Amino acid sequence: MSDTTQNGPVLAADGTPLKRSLQRALRRQKLRALALIAPLLVFILITFIAPIADMLFRSVENEIVSDTLPKTVVELRDWQFASGQAPSEAVFAALAEDLQVAIAKKLHTRLGSRLNYEKTGISSLFRKSGRTVKKWDIPNDGPYREKFIALDKNWGDPEIWQVIKTYSTKYTNGYFLNAIDMEKSPTGPRMRDESQQIYLLLFQRTMFLSITITLSCLILGYPVAWLLSNIPMRTSNLLMILVLLPFWTSLLVRTSAWKVLLQQQGVINDVLVWIGLVADDNRLIMINNQFGTIVAMTHILLPFMILPLFSVMRTIPPSYLRAAKSMGASDWRAFWRVYFPQSVPGIGAGSILVFILAIGYYITPELVGGTTGVFISNRIAYHISSSLNWGLGAALGSILLLLVLALYWLYDRIVGIDNVKLG
Amino acid sequence: MKLSKTFVTAVSVLTLSASSAWAQDMTIVSWGGAYSKSQQLAYHDPYMAANPGVNIINDESSAEAVAKLRAMNEAGNVTWDVVDVVASDAIRLCDEGLALEIDADTQLADGADGSKASDDFGDLLVSDCFIPQIVYSTTFGYRTDLVGNTPPTDVCAVFDTATYPGKRSLEKRPINNMEWALICDGVAKADVYDVLQTEEGQTRAFAKLDTIKDDVIWWSAGADTPQLLADGEVVMGSTYNGRLFSLIEEQKQPVAMLWDAQVFDLDGWIIPAGLTPEREAAALAYVKFATDTQRLADQAKYISYGPARASSAPLVGKHADLGIEMAPHMPTDPNNAKNTFLYNYEWWADYRDDLDAKFQAWLAK
Repeated sequence: MSDTTQNGPVLAADGTPLKRSLQRALRRQKLRALALIAPLLVFILITFIAPIADMLFRSVENEIVSDTLPKTVVELRDWQFASGQAPSEAVFAALAEDLQVAIAKKLHTRLGSRLNYEKTGISSLFRKSGRTVKKWDIPNDGPYREKFIALDKNWGDPEIWQVIKTYSTKYTNGYFLNAIDMEKSPTGPRMRDESQQIYLLLFQRTMFLSITITLSCLILGYPVAWLLSNIPMRTSNLLMILVLLPFWTSLLVRTSAWKVLLQQQGVINDVLVWIGLVADDNRLIMINNQFGTIVAMTHILLPFMILPLFSVMRTIPPSYLRAAKSMGASDWRAFWRVYFPQSVPGIGAGSILVFILAIGYYITPELVGGTTGVFISNRIAYHISSSLNWGLGAALGSILLLLVLALYWLYDRIVGIDNVKLG
Repeated sequence: MKLSKTFVTAVSVLTLSASSAWAQDMTIVSWGGAYSKSQQLAYHDPYMAANPGVNIINDESSAEAVAKLRAMNEAGNVTWDVVDVVASDAIRLCDEGLALEIDADTQLADGADGSKASDDFGDLLVSDCFIPQIVYSTTFGYRTDLVGNTPPTDVCAVFDTATYPGKRSLEKRPINNMEWALICDGVAKADVYDVLQTEEGQTRAFAKLDTIKDDVIWWSAGADTPQLLADGEVVMGSTYNGRLFSLIEEQKQPVAMLWDAQVFDLDGWIIPAGLTPEREAAALAYVKFATDTQRLADQAKYISYGPARASSAPLVGKHADLGIEMAPHMPTDPNNAKNTFLYNYEWWADYRDDLDAKFQAWLAK
């Protein structure tokens, strides 16, 4: 009467086992889904993941020395800095040969600027030597040791050779050491001279300023978001435009406006002097320092705090507060025990947004930060666009990235990343 | 109706792309603002009038030119044809192999007086890749109404906070500031770099700068000092002489020039390495035209920077809009150039990385 008693796999209509047929249908569906997101996936891989990976790689990559001076590097292996002497003739002969090849490809000056990051003077040493070495007849012109030292006495300086030897490996931790105010030396890594230590200080400052900016955004943004979500839709939309308006103004315009307001001959000081709160010869210094950076950046980043807070607060039913009060809670207690916990996901989202944006800012601090209000990103920008020390810039950027990831992990442990809502 | 509109748009887009394919596009990179405008009027417009096949596109990326050229070179796709850079950047680009080497005598125009290009430019050919265009200077301007009856005549007024109280603005980098500090600490001009080369000399320069550290507003954009002077925020400040010219002569602010110990610097063209032969030839043709005697003299009608050719100096005339003689406003004018020095490119190419690190550490303290 029925076939269900039959043992064996359940079959689909076409006779194949149902399980396999289902799998095939699902696989097709998965492939289709993958094909649909493929453009985005490829886009993200090419424009986001690959450049970051490339940047991280640059912070350790150091092939230029061994590629430009291949023979010299091999010959130099037996030389010791402790000998206190420049290397032997064999090294100099190899150098002459390598340099001539490099000069033909115009690579010697590039190597010179690379090594100049580690020791001042190597840039011009290579540039100058290039002009002469070009004309030598190799290998018949030897011996080269005296010729090089006659050309520039720095070739006899063991410290120059130590730099070449130290950086002759394909990969180096030198950039990372530089990024934490350390340097390589014949006896191992050591702290830099105090007159050159700056990056650790800037990392600390970046953290401190970013946290301060996040907190001040929260303190200013919370009441605004609360107000926006508790008034009728029409009014709140209107007020929302006021929140968004600065968002649509150029960053530079907003920053310059703060200059006009905060400088010593600026609007705020003028008003304070006029009403007699401040003496004319003792005007407040509110810009070109940390205060200026905090004020200008809080203003610029405020919408990033208000918007997530607002969208979370909108979903909190006002009846909860009324219910709490009807059961005898004071205003404060009702807010703190009932309303505030429900707004925490918004605080989390807003704070993460503001903090991460703040940590990478450099235009505003450059314009209003003076000397005490600049971020590590200002130095990264300098090394990328001005000194061309991309390796150091990449190392600083990698450390910054690690710091952010560490903080993110910490946040996840304390608050929980599931507890973040954008709306 | 709608269809015909679409049709017209499509046709015009087609003609546009066809005409631009016919005209040769040339991307010229410069600094923007008044400076680019002076180049447009003195170089680009006459060149396009004489060569109807060329279409010049302006790009205002000179400030990041070195980094961008390096990135373009690594990507194997150089989109710029001619780039305006300061001399120190030209040296850097030449060192990195990112700029084309130029033989001045064969590839640039002879002077109007018949001199060879290499003689006409003289010492200003500071790099094999660099084609000089203007001489500008970094110098001080001061508020005439804030200095009392004794206007400063000497660069050391910057360090004299007793006679000239108030803030000063200095550039946020060691170049120039270290030299001025040493000169005002009693080092002879000729010995400045020998002293600055030593550890003690650097300490000495920083110690001198320490005396005014609390009175300095550090600038990083050329427009900062003119704004600070106009607002009365600083009593004196360093910036490029052309910026001060427009503040004084065009905006009529109570500011005067303090030419003493001005530092000459050069700005000019480079042609990126790695262009196709046709683009390279077109770029060379443009540069040859734009740096001839008359063209360089013409630029001085629009901005107060001195032409880099000796043969252009006698041809400098009046400002195109203001109608004032430009010669007395040139940094190279004998009255202004009584006490000057030239940016020492070789020296700074070596010491820049090291001193910049020390300078930033000093600033942050």
